[in-house]
Amino acid sequence: MTHLDITRRNFIVSTAAAGGGMMLGFYLPSAAQAANIANNPWERPTAKDGQEINAWLVIDPDGTVTVRVAQSEMGEGIFTSLPMIVAEELQADWKAIKAEYADANRHIKNNNVYQRMSTGGSGAVRLSRVYLQQAGASARERLKEAAAKDWGVTRADVAAKDSVLTSGTKRGTYAEFATKAAQITLDKEPAIKIPDQYTFMGTSVARLDTPLKVNGTATFGIDVRLPGMVYAAVMAHPIPGGDAGTRAQRTLKSFDFNAIKARPGVIGAYELKPQGDTTSGVQPGVAVVADTWYRAKTALGLMPIQWEMGPDVAINSNGLFDRMRKALTEPGAAVSRKDGDAEGAIAKAAKKIEGVYESPYVAHACMEPMNCTVAITNDRVDVYGGFQNPPGALSVVADNLGVQPNNVYTHTTFLGGGFGRRSRNDEVRQAAAVAKLAGKPVKMVWTREEDFRQGTHRPMAVTKFQAGIGADGMPTGLWIRSVQHSITAHSRPEAVVNGLDNGAIEGFRTNVYNIPNQYVDMHIRNSHIPVHFYRSVAVSQNIFQIESFIDEMAQAGGKDPMQYRIDLTKDLPDYQLVLKTLKEKSGWTTNLPKGTGMGIGLSVAFGTVVAQAATVSVTRRGALTVEKIVCALDCGHLVNPSIAEAQVQSSIVMGLGDATIHEITVDKGQVVQGNFDTFPIIRMNQMPIIETHFALTGGDKWGGMGEPALPPTAAAVANAIFYATGKRVRSMPFSHTDLSWS
Amino acid sequence: MALNLTVNGKAYSVDVEPETPLLWVIRDSIGLTGTKFGCGIAKCGACTVHIDGAAAKSCNTAASAAVGKAITTIEGLSADSKHPVQVAWTEIDVPQCGYCQSGQIMAAAALLSKNKRPTDADIDAEMSDNVCRCGTYQRIRQAIHRASELA
Ligand code: FES
Ligand code: FES
Repeated sequence: MTHLDITRRNFIVSTAAAGGGMMLGFYLPSAAQAANIANNPWERPTAKDGQEINAWLVIDPDGTVTVRVAQSEMGEGIFTSLPMIVAEELQADWKAIKAEYADANRHIKNNNVYQRMSTGGSGAVRLSRVYLQQAGASARERLKEAAAKDWGVTRADVAAKDSVLTSGTKRGTYAEFATKAAQITLDKEPAIKIPDQYTFMGTSVARLDTPLKVNGTATFGIDVRLPGMVYAAVMAHPIPGGDAGTRAQRTLKSFDFNAIKARPGVIGAYELKPQGDTTSGVQPGVAVVADTWYRAKTALGLMPIQWEMGPDVAINSNGLFDRMRKALTEPGAAVSRKDGDAEGAIAKAAKKIEGVYESPYVAHACMEPMNCTVAITNDRVDVYGGFQNPPGALSVVADNLGVQPNNVYTHTTFLGGGFGRRSRNDEVRQAAAVAKLAGKPVKMVWTREEDFRQGTHRPMAVTKFQAGIGADGMPTGLWIRSVQHSITAHSRPEAVVNGLDNGAIEGFRTNVYNIPNQYVDMHIRNSHIPVHFYRSVAVSQNIFQIESFIDEMAQAGGKDPMQYRIDLTKDLPDYQLVLKTLKEKSGWTTNLPKGTGMGIGLSVAFGTVVAQAATVSVTRRGALTVEKIVCALDCGHLVNPSIAEAQVQSSIVMGLGDATIHEITVDKGQVVQGNFDTFPIIRMNQMPIIETHFALTGGDKWGGMGEPALPPTAAAVANAIFYATGKRVRSMPFSHTDLSWS
Repeated sequence: MALNLTVNGKAYSVDVEPETPLLWVIRDSIGLTGTKFGCGIAKCGACTVHIDGAAAKSCNTAASAAVGKAITTIEGLSADSKHPVQVAWTEIDVPQCGYCQSGQIMAAAALLSKNKRPTDADIDAEMSDNVCRCGTYQRIRQAIHRASELA
């Protein structure tokens, strides 16, 4: 059940655990009704005879309003939350709202009309709300103006509600005035609503895409079928990434097409030549094309292929970790933060503690393996797939094929998971290369093994912490040195100045605890393994590290870890609300019988403050069960509480996987894990109960929702393990640590 | 070689190697793409269909082994998305990205057809072959309980 407490000016929206679940308001769309989104979501769900009012919306003669959505649907709910924002201002009847993807080709031809088409940074609502509200408000006022002119009244005399315009006894629908409204230019754009004026945003409307996702009709990239299409299976060089120098030395030596060419359905085998940069370009490799994907994949598996391995074949995970551990004492670290004199304060402190924490590479492991479909004709190229960044996909295809970007058309499908992986577009560039070689429309699909081996992983990191604890148990100084694999050093080397990548040490640099002396520096130690944004990016590993050490500090000072955090954030009202909500809702205690424990983790990402309390039990032999995770968070405002709650659950499950079982390791330069047998994902029987409490401070705060609930989970679980067993887990995944106790 | 298969009550003759996994016959030869490919090694459940009413992973079922049996895919579970599992899934808004959901729904429907009132432990036992990277498990559990009330 959902209940709403109004405490002073703060709103606490809580959703119950296993039993209830959030009640959805308004009507439930059903597949029996006309779909609200086309199966092919890049297509208009209705007949195309509507009147475009502005780039964001179209009104049909029957009153249907189609909202263009310029972010990609990978589960985070943008196909519902973004139209809700437009509908709020438009005063449209929600039952008449449909949605389609905005067109990236139009975007690039029309001066970036959709503003921001790359989905990431938990930014769909956070960064596009204002202009979506504006688009809806502007359309509403133009409709009112059109009616006012017709009726000989002023615009102020016209009211708009539920897609109906009224003034005195006059009445007209949006559809009736759409054509006239499209001709109207306002002398000044209307003001948009402030949150107190919302009547629709903030309600748990049912998702518009659910009907397509319960009957198998939602089109994902892997489902695209084009006339005359053939299928490609690919194998890129088993050693991924690298720099220009090492890539030149790891090559495709030979492949024997004769060995497979008589196999059923096989059409051809092609060498993929390196192109573009080393981590998001085309890697050296081979594609086999056939009349079905299974035949292509089977033939590829049987074809003899010889690779020149190059120098990166000497690299393995132990060596990479050793290099990072060694860097902890090497000179030349880039300083990011220096408040007071941390070293001096620690040296003088009553008590001094230190700890080294480690996190491995982690794969995005989207449920839908990477794929892309490309059709090249004389005057245009059509590209189909689950793009997190459609204009980026468009530009890599233009670059690969040497065609004008204006002639490339992307068709974004539903994404079978994204988490950052589908913003890289390496598979798009590769598919364009294969389609050109094959001379036919091609659907290229990676095997799961290829998906792991050509992954672009969450960076690994090793961090050393030192702290001084005063006689009163409170910290006097905190010193942090982090060794990181820098994403930015690969993707935008010019942004790394004097060895400093502030993005990589988010969570350390941005630590908000009121500790008098703080110092943070870093070393970058990159390897050939490609790295990329993972859900919540750097804080996904850094918050585990620092929030575990903060618990060590509390412990060393004899403090309760919950109260310690409350005391160290007392000037920050949002942290206070979140922590106090968590304390109350979780029934916080450090007094559980041995073998059970509660732990806390706290983080901020993309403007949203999140705290979690995990309850675990550990058997004497060391088997861990995470029983429950209570989450309190402040993202300022909610567009759709039910969707937001789902994102919290989703992030926690992924964070729990990172904490306990996820790990990508490297041997002979290659990714060891190839499928879900070696890279397990959290399953139903490992699920804790998750309870979510939105503790909202409102005001100007609009924090992100898709990622921020991930980072605290690993720390909360690790800290709970400490209270259960007395054992401090200092590396992810925890499955490597012996948790037995007696 | 031609194999005769019955999918969602319709007869199909497909020209594939007999060892071809049923998954690829359903998706590429027959063109029903609601059944998904996740791993190909029976470790994720995205490809779950019903064979003679029981949940089966179509990625490791040879097409030849399904000859003469009734194969049901997500498209054939109901004509109008009104199977209790689909209704419950819609009420609770279970799917996120949705990619695993055909498999989850088919697995849940098979569970409920043999166990009308599954406990949480039954759900853990029967649904743990189906991976969801979006972590929709809590709502899946709620929706199975809800579907069991609706059925
Ligand atoms: S694709 Fe069959 S279980 Fe994963
Ligand atoms: S809903 Fe995305 S994998 Fe399950």
